[in-house]
Amino acid sequence: MELIRMRHVHKVYKNGVTAIHDLDLAIKKGEFVFIIGATGCGKSSLIKMLYREERPNDGQILVGGIDVAKIKNRKIYKIRRKLGVVFQDFKLLPKLTVYENVAFALEIFGLPKSEIYNKVVKVLDLVGLKNKAKQYPTQLSGGEQQRVAIARAIVNGPKILICDEPTGNLDEKTSMEIMAVLEAINKLGTTVIMVTHDTEIVNKMKKRVIELDSGRILREYAEGEYVHEVS
Amino acid sequence: MKLVRILMRNIRDSFKSIVRNFSLSFASISCITITLIVVTIAMILSENVHEMTKKIEADVTIVAFLNVDVTQERIEEIGNEIRALPNIQPGSQGLQLDDKEKLRQDMMEASDTYKDILKNWENREDNHLKDAYRIKVVDIEKIKETADAIRNIEGVEVVQDSEEMIHQLISVFDVITKGTYIIVIALILVTAFLITNTIKITIFSRKREIDIMRLVGASNMNIKIPFIFEGLLLGILGSVIPIIITIYGYSTIYTSFKGKVFGNIIQLVEPQPFVYYVSLVLMGIGIIVGMFGSWRAVRKHLKI
Repeated sequence: MELIRMRHVHKVYKNGVTAIHDLDLAIKKGEFVFIIGATGCGKSSLIKMLYREERPNDGQILVGGIDVAKIKNRKIYKIRRKLGVVFQDFKLLPKLTVYENVAFALEIFGLPKSEIYNKVVKVLDLVGLKNKAKQYPTQLSGGEQQRVAIARAIVNGPKILICDEPTGNLDEKTSMEIMAVLEAINKLGTTVIMVTHDTEIVNKMKKRVIELDSGRILREYAEGEYVHEVS
Repeated sequence: MKLVRILMRNIRDSFKSIVRNFSLSFASISCITITLIVVTIAMILSENVHEMTKKIEADVTIVAFLNVDVTQERIEEIGNEIRALPNIQPGSQGLQLDDKEKLRQDMMEASDTYKDILKNWENREDNHLKDAYRIKVVDIEKIKETADAIRNIEGVEVVQDSEEMIHQLISVFDVITKGTYIIVIALILVTAFLITNTIKITIFSRKREIDIMRLVGASNMNIKIPFIFEGLLLGILGSVIPIIITIYGYSTIYTSFKGKVFGNIIQLVEPQPFVYYVSLVLMGIGIIVGMFGSWRAVRKHLKI
């Protein structure tokens, strides 16, 4: 089943830069997909359109059956509730504890406290931070902060987890720890789409890879096909 | 249940946010406080002026003295003719007859000198005083025309209407009242904009929070409501000092002047329940201004 379907997507920024050019793409439910490419190849624009931070100029983007390109600004939250997003810079609230940061995503919906507690504890356990729930983000290492961000992204039980360079600020060992967490989440049935320029990680993970160049798909590799030649 | 929880969370968050961003909250509150103090002064002033105008207007009377020799019958006819004129207040208040016999009695009571002279004027024919009608008008602006109309009635000898000075006084009061209204409205608008800007700064410092809220799927309403609540709270907090000043300040002024200024000329409005009405209005203005300011400020951040 296709969870994401892009057809003839064009994205030109107001300054005239073409980010995405006539792009077609399909991602199935439960897949783990890497999107790679050099800086400026359009990979960030591509995923920003998935969670509707950017709107394409032309084309169709179906996410879980909804055309994200056509959705109105004030209805964006409907699509956001189906997605989890993780960023390079974590985007945590420094004044809230780990627990509060994760619970934040649930409190908006007015869930009962006990339900919030159960869900938050469950995801913190999944990312391995159950015993740091009461600490503040500044007291954590970068890898731990990213795991809090992942916990927050998945606490709503989204179908898709979008990761924009989640390991960009982390060392190799920590990066692989994060990748292990993402893989575990993927195994539970969540589709994971990850943008990265770290070919080492892509090499090790052996997942489906989409390589972009100048807003077009340069090559697609099926699971296990991609091998980066170290130059 | 779900709504109640969301509501409770919003209220809690608003309190937290006011405490966390204390300096900015303080700025907003002070801004509202200062405006509302000026507003309360303006309101008290204009209400007192208004009351005074009403009292003076109520006291303004046309007195029409009749010819000495009018018959009892003619007196009644004149009364009916005056009644038929426009701009006369209805009821016994609008038209009162001062009988010359009654006048004689009053004067005799007032002084012994009069008593000596007047005691022999018992018969109507001997009484050289004049019957008079006291007339009150509806529209004080048209008192001159009404007085002229009365003057033309046969049997009416002299007509005294309110002096020009009172007329001018009333129009001055009118200007003062209208002026204070304009000042109050202008102040409220200015404060609304100031609050918008102050809250904009608060929101700017919380842009990250709003971004994250949007990211995790908060609807525009979810994001807006805590800020609007915050505005409401700022409004209430900002109206506390002005309300205290109104209730205690005005009551103190009233008691220290014993309700009157310049002898008996100016009668102040009774503090109760007046101060409570003013307080309610102040809080209402605070709340509206706070909520409107927040709403405007947060709206900008919700567009993509």
